Amino acid sequence: MVDKPPALALRSVSKSFGAVQALREVSLQLYAGEAHALAGENGAGKSTLVKTLSGLYRPDSGQILLDGEPVEFHGTADAQRAGVEVIYQEPTLFPDLSVTENIFMGRQPRTGLGRIDRPAMRARAVELFGRLGVPLDPDQPARGLSIADQQLVEIAKALSRSARVLIMDEPTAALSGNEVARLFRVVKALREQGCAVLFVSHRLEEIFELCQRVTTLRDGAFVASDLITDITPDDLVRRMVGRELEALFPKLEAVPGEVALTVHRLTREGVFTDVSFEVRKGEIVALAGLVGAGRSEVARAIFGIDRWDAGRVEVAGRRLRPASPSAAMAAGLALVPEDRRQQGLVMDLSIERNIALAGLSAVRRGALISRAAERDRARDWALRLQLKFSRLSDAVGVLSGGNQQKVVLAKWLARKPSVIIVDEPTRGIDVGTKAEVHRLLSELAAEGVAVLMISSELPEVLGMADRVLVMHEGRLVAEIPRAEATEESVMAAATGRSAA
Amino acid sequence: MPRDLVRRWEGLIFVLLVAVVLWASVSVDGFANPSNVSFLLLDTTEIALMALTMTLVVVAAEIDLSVASTLGLSCAVLGWLWNAGLPIEAIMPICLLAGALCGALNGLLVTRLGLPSLAVTIGTFALYRGLAYVILGDQAVADLPSAYTGLATQTLGPIPLVTILVAVLAVVAGTVLHATGVGRSIFALGANEEAAYFSGVRVKRIKFWLFVASGACAALASLVYTFRYASARADNGVGLELAVVAAVLLGGVSIFGGRGTLPGVLMAVLLLGVVRNALILADVANEVLNFVTGLLLVASVLAPNLGAAWRRRSSPQKEGKSVS
Repeated sequence: MVDKPPALALRSVSKSFGAVQALREVSLQLYAGEAHALAGENGAGKSTLVKTLSGLYRPDSGQILLDGEPVEFHGTADAQRAGVEVIYQEPTLFPDLSVTENIFMGRQPRTGLGRIDRPAMRARAVELFGRLGVPLDPDQPARGLSIADQQLVEIAKALSRSARVLIMDEPTAALSGNEVARLFRVVKALREQGCAVLFVSHRLEEIFELCQRVTTLRDGAFVASDLITDITPDDLVRRMVGRELEALFPKLEAVPGEVALTVHRLTREGVFTDVSFEVRKGEIVALAGLVGAGRSEVARAIFGIDRWDAGRVEVAGRRLRPASPSAAMAAGLALVPEDRRQQGLVMDLSIERNIALAGLSAVRRGALISRAAERDRARDWALRLQLKFSRLSDAVGVLSGGNQQKVVLAKWLARKPSVIIVDEPTRGIDVGTKAEVHRLLSELAAEGVAVLMISSELPEVLGMADRVLVMHEGRLVAEIPRAEATEESVMAAATGRSAA
Repeated sequence: MPRDLVRRWEGLIFVLLVAVVLWASVSVDGFANPSNVSFLLLDTTEIALMALTMTLVVVAAEIDLSVASTLGLSCAVLGWLWNAGLPIEAIMPICLLAGALCGALNGLLVTRLGLPSLAVTIGTFALYRGLAYVILGDQAVADLPSAYTGLATQTLGPIPLVTILVAVLAVVAGTVLHATGVGRSIFALGANEEAAYFSGVRVKRIKFWLFVASGACAALASLVYTFRYASARADNGVGLELAVVAAVLLGGVSIFGGRGTLPGVLMAVLLLGVVRNALILADVANEVLNFVTGLLLVASVLAPNLGAAWRRRSSPQKEGKSVS
């Protein structure tokens, strides 16, 4: 393993998007015959690294080495030609074509007359599944295959293109226990046939079961590459989170008052199960967990965007009507959604109209909208949140991300909510605005507003929250008071290693 | 930027309207006399009535292609009930109700089943017209009371009474769209339905009632149409939906929703009416007439896009920021 150059390697690769440095001089060596884990928190740069390896992104600096030789990938086709294939979490097959046809789509073997050689194609599909050690019917249509089976079809497709490096981006996220075990046998078979496998996963136990080495990223930077036998799961968690907590979070002390929001055994089938918690007046409660744990889905259900199948939600003791955002708003609830551009704002509309949109009755004089009231409401909140704008009649789309987020906040704060849910309130905004948002949330809590904050950033969670709720795979698995909340304890619960 | 574009577009339509009126007054014999003005206004009544609600529907990023068929169905109901001996004062509200029901069916299919309104209203376009033939067959009911047929063509000076009706309803529709919370919500949901829903806008309820209003307005247009021609037939108003959509798009309403103004649409209705009228007076063949109308429509859809493309080329760095 040491004498041969790695099948695929990155040498101090950097990649930035605008002001965000997604990868900072990251190096990685993938050897033939190994399963190599890529670990890191949400936003650590794992996806960017995968996209760089697969030719979707081109590095700003640094090199990609194939068998020790520098190469450049100008797109996924280049990477595939070099034998680098990505298996995504959600496979994309043609549902009405058979398994065989999906594998050879666009590269069907031909007969002398130029027609598709179906017997040969089918025989090669059977052979591929033989190599993988899974008996999948090559004539079955892709529709109706489980996600796990679809992934196997994708792997067979990759092998049919003579893949040497397989990148699996969270392949187990949607699989059951048995399916995971089968996938691991397939990966083992691939390794023995000389493939290199890069395995991206949040699940520590899987990393330790499957992989020989693990490379950890944090904030876009390389932390360490370790032999799996050299480290413990706790070491790995420390590598993933081990940074200093910045003094960025001006948390004011607040004395929690009466219960403002009660969520009782809330269930949406297949999405989240049996979620119960309370948020008191003046409290900031963080909802932590990995991406896909069901946090945003819980928020959407509480606010009435989606239906729930069982359970109930109460605001100040009054039961909420399900699936009605307007009823939730009337009860005093506000939701600053995850996707600012798609859910938070109407980009074509002006700043003032966006702010007024959630409170049209407040800017009405009789039956008509008062433009003066609309403008006053917008100006008032723009000043309070120190919004940077040229005219309130400008389309909100011309503002920077941080200022757009302020408009979303203004729109909801102008309603004077008693409970505010903020979903990733500082995602994609600059550090200065971030601190302002944190100060604002803290002030709201001090004024007696109940704040439920969903965040994937641990420093933010630990810095802001009075209590941390942790979700894992659709369930609330831990409730950690501020004093006991550490990066390790939250990550442990989020990755399903313990229920504290 | 989009707001400016709409304003500029409306200005252009206004200039075009004034230019065409001036040109026709000078060089088309018989254009600038009071009776022709009355006729011109009268002739645009049904299109104007349906364009009012169509404007709101299209701003909400939906479309109602069944309006002319609803008009036909309402005419058939009128003729059938008149033959059955009901008094006309009882028939008229029934027609309005029938139109509202047609709109309600469209609205239910769009909001409850989540079907695209384009598909739904192409279906009901055939359905309602078919039903009109089932009810009235190919007969023409012409023995309508002269009090009403007279009223439909009555003028006040050169202004027809029905034009005053259009003007009143235009003020109502314009006020709803541009000065009420419902109007704000219509613009928001037309531009981004998800964000509107996340802001507590009752998206489905608003869309449903827009379709109901569209159906009722088509029925109102059917009354004007029937009395104006003193003839209730199942094929009344065939093809008018295209003229209505043409006027709405030419008036600067974005086919993608979220953009447009009612004054713009009214000017476009007039512009199309004036062009048609002037060309008829100038003895231009009917085929050419359709050609010119089509050309105006294509131009109206193309022009904003060409403008945007031109701006993009002249300042490529601004593109990323303002694109939405």
